[in-house]
Amino acid sequence: MLTRRELLLAGAGTWLSRRARAADAPGVTAAPQDSLGTLPGKQPLIQRAFRPPNFETPLADLAAPFTSNDVFFVRYHLTVIPWLDAASWRLKVGGASVRQPLTLSLAELKSGFERVTIAAVNQCSGNRRGLFAPRVPGVQWANGAMGNARWTGVRLRDVLNKAGVAAGALEVVFAGADSAVLPQTPNFVKSLPLERALDESTLIAFEMNGQPLPHWNGAPVRLAVPGWTGTYWMKHLTDIRIEPKAFDGFWMKSAYRLPTGAFPGARFASQETPETTPITEILVNSLIVGPVAGARLKRGEHAEVTGKAWDGGAGIAAVEVSVDGRRSWREAKLGHDLGRFAWRDFRMPVDTARAGPLEIAVRARSRNGAQQPDKLTFNPSGYHDNIVQAVSVEVA
Amino acid sequence: MKRIARMLGRCGMIVFALGCAGAQAVEAAAAAEITGLKDAPGHDLTVGRCIICHSLEYIPSNAPAMNRAAWQKTIQKMRERFGAPITDDEAKQILDYLDANYSGKAS
Repeated sequence: MLTRRELLLAGAGTWLSRRARAADAPGVTAAPQDSLGTLPGKQPLIQRAFRPPNFETPLADLAAPFTSNDVFFVRYHLTVIPWLDAASWRLKVGGASVRQPLTLSLAELKSGFERVTIAAVNQCSGNRRGLFAPRVPGVQWANGAMGNARWTGVRLRDVLNKAGVAAGALEVVFAGADSAVLPQTPNFVKSLPLERALDESTLIAFEMNGQPLPHWNGAPVRLAVPGWTGTYWMKHLTDIRIEPKAFDGFWMKSAYRLPTGAFPGARFASQETPETTPITEILVNSLIVGPVAGARLKRGEHAEVTGKAWDGGAGIAAVEVSVDGRRSWREAKLGHDLGRFAWRDFRMPVDTARAGPLEIAVRARSRNGAQQPDKLTFNPSGYHDNIVQAVSVEVA
Repeated sequence: MKRIARMLGRCGMIVFALGCAGAQAVEAAAAAEITGLKDAPGHDLTVGRCIICHSLEYIPSNAPAMNRAAWQKTIQKMRERFGAPITDDEAKQILDYLDANYSGKAS
């Protein structure tokens, strides 16, 4: 007998099921035609693309307080991804606005600066793009282009200050060791405003959840920019440049941009135009981990809705749950506070006394007052889907 | 068990193709089975150019978001921004293939 996976992979079948999805309502979390793939050192993940590797964490693996390294999502733009040797790896710090250029080995990085650990969500800018209505091109992520981990490293600002930041510095530019097949393809290079680079939470990280970074998550060293979307968390970091001018590479000027003024969050003034501006901070959001869409809850038996809520670093003030089609809302119980950049667990019992369909909706509120919206703010690249999600279940 | 099922599936496809259209169809069907993309005019060229830089899942997975104008924009981006070696004539053939087989969005 053919397995489900083989049926899915049978050419036209894939196309037909994908096409059927176009009619799906927004906010639906289930995507039954997803296929799994396994990268070396990882558990089976949802395979969005094999080359460059783009693998999503299945919903069930997002249940733990910290997302295991072997299920953490993988996202690359370019396909030449070297396996770096930690012993010979070097980090160069230079640029037009550096006082004294530096080259650091991993041992020097670890011994020369204070070690810091921060619990933080790393969320891809395009997380949930596949749930956008109308649909937009790009990697069709559902909910799992994100995870929560403890990132250990040294403060970027300590390294920048050791090299010396000259007056007139505007941006800090980051490059990694991965590159494209074709020399004409722009390398993946990103920049941060100087003030964000100097923020005490921005780390040059070499550990994830107490282990060396996995290859597919940026070994041996990556940037961690808690509160900002994953695009800034440069993997396989090799070059840092302090510059007096706005960096004008493709991945800043043309990609990862939003309509100017359409969303809240930190501004990136040196990269802003009247039309578009870079995506920056993660917006307040939540995820229902259980029950899954279409689940059958047994009448009269204990059931609860569980999930996560997070934002760009203000921290979560409250999570509210509705089980009556969003007419009334009740506050869920929040789990441990793992830090303002981490996600927060929530749970609330669901009344299963009566049989029938239930729509469970969840909305989070940040300590800065921001709340998840009901309506999607459309943008052509499919970023910032933080609308209130709902799952439909059946009590029987 | 899985392997047997896959072999049976493949044999069935080949027998079907032989019965219908002869040897050339067998090759085309086998190629499309390997790439997972639709066997239609432009398949080989599209595969040959796109896989220089990326695997092919992007094509069916993006189909619901695509129409002819969106595919045109994507091909243009691959050529002009990423330097994909595609001539004008090839771009037209690739566009026709993608639009005919992977446009899932109203124009």
